[in-house]
Amino acid sequence: MSRKSNRNEPTRNAQPPAPARSRGGIGRGTIFAIAGAVLVLIFVSAVLAYRSTQAEAARQSAAKNASHLASAHAPLLGPADAKVHIVEFLDPACETCAAFYPHVKKLMADNPGRIKLSIRHVPFHQGSEHVVRVLEAARGQDKYWETLQAVFASQDRWTVNHRVYPERVWPFLEGIGLDLERVRRDMNAADIAARIEKDTADAQALNVTKTPEYFVNGRPLPRFGLEELQDLVKDELRSAYR
Amino acid sequence: MSARAPLPTDNQAWGASDTAWLLVFACWLVATLATLGALFFSEVMELPPCVLCWYQRIAMFPLVILLPMGLFPFDPRIVRYAFPLVLAGWGISVFQVLLVAGVIPEAIRPCTKGVPCSEVQIEWLGFVNIPLLSFLAFSTMIALLAAAQLRSKQ
Repeated sequence: MSRKSNRNEPTRNAQPPAPARSRGGIGRGTIFAIAGAVLVLIFVSAVLAYRSTQAEAARQSAAKNASHLASAHAPLLGPADAKVHIVEFLDPACETCAAFYPHVKKLMADNPGRIKLSIRHVPFHQGSEHVVRVLEAARGQDKYWETLQAVFASQDRWTVNHRVYPERVWPFLEGIGLDLERVRRDMNAADIAARIEKDTADAQALNVTKTPEYFVNGRPLPRFGLEELQDLVKDELRSAYR
Repeated sequence: MSARAPLPTDNQAWGASDTAWLLVFACWLVATLATLGALFFSEVMELPPCVLCWYQRIAMFPLVILLPMGLFPFDPRIVRYAFPLVLAGWGISVFQVLLVAGVIPEAIRPCTKGVPCSEVQIEWLGFVNIPLLSFLAFSTMIALLAAAQLRSKQ
């Protein structure tokens, strides 16, 4: 046995990072723990580095494509002279959009007169364009925000597992004072089709691939999240109303 | 700690089982690096993994947990337990590398839904893509485990 071990002697020096003494010196457990910690550390720093690069790239792209943010045709909520402008790209069938909407309204209520909100429609779900047309048609009766509220409130009744059943939305539109017959007539108008096309094209130019997407005074979220949105809005409020 | 070495060792500071341990440990390093890399691509960079990537993940991810079980205390039979996974992952990675290279024709591509597995999402230095990284990782692990097997047999 010891003869065999002697044959292994040369490989001892050939091992590159080998612990010179595994007996008495650094133990195997220590080597393992250090290696694990180093790998995790590398991973975490790579994540942070990547995210900050991405955030910077998004900021630059948004600045370059700022012309696509401002759209005169988009529904606007809040006073025109408010200094903080949130542009939201949303899909009426998107669950997260519905979940975020009350928080956006709360931000506006907490800072009266200082925030205005523009909505751009991007019907990413198949079938949700029907609902976008309804929303656009409701603007003709000055009921856009009420309709959006009703659409979001009933969303789980007409969108199930990301599948849109567009016709099921109609019962939920009763009671907000909409002339539904007129909506059905108006929703196929050419100017509504043109607006949807413009929204979609602008979303593409701004690289909006998921909803909801927010731009606050032209700045994109560093990464998606409610807290990130609230922080960004607070930051813009601070610099606009100091 | 190394008192549990499977071979009756003498008083030498370095034995065959230490080398075998290091080889399996290196294999764990490769598996962990590959796992974290795969998670980085899908979770941080948000590149959707194709079907073949998932199959390779099924072979790779468990090794991060499995290999340390054979390292503490050192059990040379870990090579026997880990090898089938590594070999399966290697086979799938070879298939995908050939798919990306265009050697395997369109007709027998197993994945047309979702993300096509022949789509190259990342290319470094003009030829390094994710399937190639996976192939390199599995190949390295085969070599390390084979060497560990030889060492502990001595």
